[in-house]
Amino acid sequence: MGLTFAAQLAERDVDVRFEVATGETLAVLGPNGAGKSTVLSLLAGLLAPTSGRADLEGSVLFDVGASRRTLTEPRERGISLLAQEALLFPHLSALENVAFGPRSRGVPRTAARATALGWLERVGVAELVHRRPHQLSGGQAQRVALARALAVEPSLLLLDEPLAALDVSITPTMRLLLREVLQGRTAVIVTHDPLDAFLLADRVLVLEGGRIVESGATAEVLTRPVTAFGARLAGLNLVQGRRTRTGFAGGNGIEVPLADRLPEGTALVLAVRPAAISVSLSSHPGADAAVVRAEIDDVEHRGDLVRIHAAGLAADVAPADAVALGLVPGIAVDLRIRHGDATVYPTRREQQDSGRSTAGSGR
Amino acid sequence: MELTPARLPRWILVLAAVGGLFVVLPLVAMALRVDWVHFVPLVTSESARAALLLSLRTSISATMLCVVFGVPMALVLARTSFRGQRILRSLVLLPLVLPPVVGGIALLYTFGRRGLLGGTLEALGVDIAFSTTAVVLSQAFVALPFLVLSLEGALRTVGTRYEAVGATLGATRWTVLRRITLPLVLPALISGAVLSFARALGEFGATLTFAGSLQGTTRTLPLEIYLQRETDPDAAVALSLILVVVAIAVVGAAHRVRPLGSLAPARPVAPALRRAVDTH
Repeated sequence: MGLTFAAQLAERDVDVRFEVATGETLAVLGPNGAGKSTVLSLLAGLLAPTSGRADLEGSVLFDVGASRRTLTEPRERGISLLAQEALLFPHLSALENVAFGPRSRGVPRTAARATALGWLERVGVAELVHRRPHQLSGGQAQRVALARALAVEPSLLLLDEPLAALDVSITPTMRLLLREVLQGRTAVIVTHDPLDAFLLADRVLVLEGGRIVESGATAEVLTRPVTAFGARLAGLNLVQGRRTRTGFAGGNGIEVPLADRLPEGTALVLAVRPAAISVSLSSHPGADAAVVRAEIDDVEHRGDLVRIHAAGLAADVAPADAVALGLVPGIAVDLRIRHGDATVYPTRREQQDSGRSTAGSGR
Repeated sequence: MELTPARLPRWILVLAAVGGLFVVLPLVAMALRVDWVHFVPLVTSESARAALLLSLRTSISATMLCVVFGVPMALVLARTSFRGQRILRSLVLLPLVLPPVVGGIALLYTFGRRGLLGGTLEALGVDIAFSTTAVVLSQAFVALPFLVLSLEGALRTVGTRYEAVGATLGATRWTVLRRITLPLVLPALISGAVLSFARALGEFGATLTFAGSLQGTTRTLPLEIYLQRETDPDAAVALSLILVVVAIAVVGAAHRVRPLGSLAPARPVAPALRRAVDTH
């Protein structure tokens, strides 16, 4: 059963359709303003769609169309929301915050408190039961908020950038806690951090401009992205190109021979890690490597390495090499990619299973 | 480390001092004129006691009316949107800027014997004009905007995010209102009620026009002071001082109720700083 969701919201230009199986965690990624939080608000019932339908475990969340308008109230949806900010009720203690959900659903006060205490123990802040929210640190507050969201035993848990507002020093432990409680739980997590997607989600969905531009298993999307955003998430260079008679020809002049049987003209992308691109002032295009000559657009210092931007590619070089070669914006360099380091695959994901193609010696 | 307060041009300080004196000096001047020897007999005369008790009774009733009707009004103005809402808000706040005498006349032509609802009320056997009820209505009429205004502002500041969380946790609308919304705006509700009470206590123009000045029935303390001023200035000054003391107490009470936001910072700064230091 799980969750099926299809909704349009005209005023925010959002049109999204997806499913989440019971017990599965879906990560929704995308740039700011892509419509990620809108999707969560539609699910939680804080926004009404222009049209669409969503069902959760067999019950209708909303069903809006030309002649019908069913909108289940937020409190009857069985959906909890954990936002970026903990949003604990400031006038209630940690315990009363967590007990609020069960009590609202008719559980007697004592039983609700017992449930709340259990959840506070589960998230590791049992000693803070009597604290007021303003006496809690950001991380503690977010743990209490997580306990509060789980205490109502939701059929679906929504997480809206749950780690984004936390101190960097505490995000790893909080992420592990989320990983633990998300096991076997149906959840949708909105995040901009690929690490969250890797560690927490079974599947990934990338939104851009209110539309789904990529979706698939987490490992698939983050190792074989087909959009610029997906590539940036995965830390990969992505070159759009086409199948020629001999292989792949990229928009920036890269050519890589291919051994597949895809028809000429097929839209392909080439993915390559920045560290796999070597930069030199001049080089010879050997039989096993492609070379692109281009002017350096930008040089970016990134701690222990220097990132060179040229021909739409990012290449990482050691700082000492960057100094020795005198790499500054404006000078022409050769970017050399060994065929074996490049992964080439079709842009359209559904063709992938039949037409997966790897360049040269493969990886 | 504390920042040194910004330095202001000297002439600003001078003007501010003049303004402060303008408010304080008349009160001092009045206090100086109080006949302390006869103070107690003056303020405990039969007419003074009757006026004071009537004022307290009617002001408390008026404040309760303001709470009963003002809270729903503030909720509707802050949490819903409909056509003509801005106009409605302006109309609700009108008594704030209207001369009280005009308010009294308006009330007279609404609830008076020959007013809009007068016939209906008379048929029900109710006669409001020139009764204690009329005093309460006059005071509620002028005091209501204070409560609505302060509560609506607080509701907008608090926002709807906590209410949304409550709803997703399974709370009914009534539970959300009772356990989240109202506790969050309680400080504003109290200070709004205190302000309404103070405004009701000082009400003069509308009361005189709509309720008249009958000792023990409609003659509240401000009316008593106005009357005594002609015949017994010492009594008028003594009673005025009582109202000043009540006003100071009210302002003090309203100030002590801090808004919840300032009482509960989202995150204490000091621990956050300490954590940042620890990790580096």
